[in-house]
Amino acid sequence: MAEVSLHNVSKKFGKTQAVVDVDLTVPDGAFVVLLGPTGAGKTTTLRLIAGLEKPDTGDIHIGGASVNGLTPAQRDVAMVFQQYSLYPHLTVRDNLAFPLRSPILKTPEDEIARKVQDVAEVLHIPHKLDNKATELSGGEMQRVSIGRALVRDPSIYLMDEPLSSLDAKLRADLRVELKRIHAELNATLLYVTHDQIEAMTMASHVGVLDEGRLVQFGSPREIYENPKTAYVAARLGQPRINLLPVGVLEAPAPAGATTMGLRPENIRQGDGHDATVTRVEHLGDQTRLHLKLGSHDVITLTDPHSSLNPGETVQIAAQNPIFFDTDGNRVA
Amino acid sequence: MSAHAINAPSARQKWVAGSLVILYALVTMIPLAWIMITGFKSPADAISYPPKVVFEPTLEGYVNLFTTRTRQTQEFLENNPPQNWADEIVRQYDMVIVGPSKFGERFLNSVIIGFGSTFLSVFLGTLAAYAFSRFKIPLADDLLFFILSTRMMPPIAVAIPIFLMYRNLGLSDTHLGMILLYTAVNISLAVWLLKGFIDEIPREYEEAALIDGYTRFQAFYKVVLPQAATGIASTAIFCLIFAWNEYAFAVLLTSATAQTAPPFIPTIIGIGGLDWPAIAAAATIFLLPVMIFTILLRKHLLRGITFGAVRK
Repeated sequence: MAEVSLHNVSKKFGKTQAVVDVDLTVPDGAFVVLLGPTGAGKTTTLRLIAGLEKPDTGDIHIGGASVNGLTPAQRDVAMVFQQYSLYPHLTVRDNLAFPLRSPILKTPEDEIARKVQDVAEVLHIPHKLDNKATELSGGEMQRVSIGRALVRDPSIYLMDEPLSSLDAKLRADLRVELKRIHAELNATLLYVTHDQIEAMTMASHVGVLDEGRLVQFGSPREIYENPKTAYVAARLGQPRINLLPVGVLEAPAPAGATTMGLRPENIRQGDGHDATVTRVEHLGDQTRLHLKLGSHDVITLTDPHSSLNPGETVQIAAQNPIFFDTDGNRVA
Repeated sequence: MSAHAINAPSARQKWVAGSLVILYALVTMIPLAWIMITGFKSPADAISYPPKVVFEPTLEGYVNLFTTRTRQTQEFLENNPPQNWADEIVRQYDMVIVGPSKFGERFLNSVIIGFGSTFLSVFLGTLAAYAFSRFKIPLADDLLFFILSTRMMPPIAVAIPIFLMYRNLGLSDTHLGMILLYTAVNISLAVWLLKGFIDEIPREYEEAALIDGYTRFQAFYKVVLPQAATGIASTAIFCLIFAWNEYAFAVLLTSATAQTAPPFIPTIIGIGGLDWPAIAAAATIFLLPVMIFTILLRKHLLRGITFGAVRK
């Protein structure tokens, strides 16, 4: 395992600037999650590190040494593709053994058999080992593609939304499994997702990308509690942070602030402004309250056993709001 | 899954479809059957009218095809009893076998030239198609159009320049010359067909292989080639059929050493007219390699391409 760092890396595809001036260090043994919407440059960042794309400018280092000009094989990285990319002409066993049989690793066959069996058990697919890769369900394919990375001991694991097509239970299981693998192997992971639960539960560091730029990098808690921009604030949190013009709810706003960000859990009920309930969502463990505050929509959480109905009025007040200026940058 | 499922065909529909297929197969197989049967007829039966369906089978056609014979005097025939069954067949015309005919040699030439040029076309075609499909090649579209344009006129239109060129280069009547010529004709078909197949293979497979520790060539060899098998097989069949059946250039450019079977077959002349059973026997044997080749590659043709393991 090794530290991976990007220095001022930029990449253009035609006229589209996919990655802009990214400076990012994935510390040795860290589990870094890259968050961002489609097109933010997450996958391109992974592909640049893997060597599948060449940066237009900037340097990439793995384990302290520059890898510019090295082939993907020479970089010793493992990658899980969002589209699985299992070799359709091979069985699951051969798919898992494929990287171990590469001219770079040249693993002895008995060791391959053992490693493949181990990984298959971790991923609950030992009974599928002799199936053709095409004879699997989507979830099984995804597990095999994760397995194909896990059989190796690379300098870094790159994972591109590896859990996106699994059902909820399997996703939760594999989240725990990946976290365990990370802890046990002391592996370095760079993980792309847009699922905030994955980010919050697994990451030691979160990087938020916006249109190819790395907007903020820090611990999940830091990103959640101390976002640098309104954009970052909106990336984490379910339901999303409420962004309201300053003055709609009373709170001491610093100079220059135009927008107030208010997490759903930071809305106090029972005093303050009147708001009309428009919708109540009972989710079991929580209840989401959709409110109309003047002309603004506000979402907050309330008691799971709330008996509120649409049309009723509640009083709300701001608690620990954060403020942004007109450009969306944090003011205080 | 079932949202777009088509209703399973009824028994009646299956019966009609099955009958049509069998009827069509029968119609297309009649000429083949006629040739194969004629090969086992005597010369008299072969040209009898109306054609004989029931006849006494003989290997005369095959014996005549593979041997050269001379007429001998009664005295010679009496003193030299027939050596084997083939001898006995020719004795009925007061003849003896004096040696093998050129057919074996010509057939072998066809095999060398046909399969040689097929291999070369598919080999070069696959490499070129892969490059066109995967790499940024300057003027790729123009190059592809140029490759296609080599087939825009019938090859025989350039027969005279090729004839002169081959004579000067010493390629006339050589195996190499014919292999190169058929490869040149087939390569555009091979590149275009194979490019289509390779375009359909997602790049992610190779990218996965590159990351799994393989070089680009190894990724091509281990991941792309097995998946292009269908395309390679069908391209090979097309190339072989052209090279195998080609007649005009073979007549023009080959004679003593590199002559292939197609120009040779019409020269099989019997006694008192064309030896139809021998010609039919030659045609039958000539058909076999392409048939066997197609049957061997049938699995790849029917299997179709597997897209399953990359999510679209």
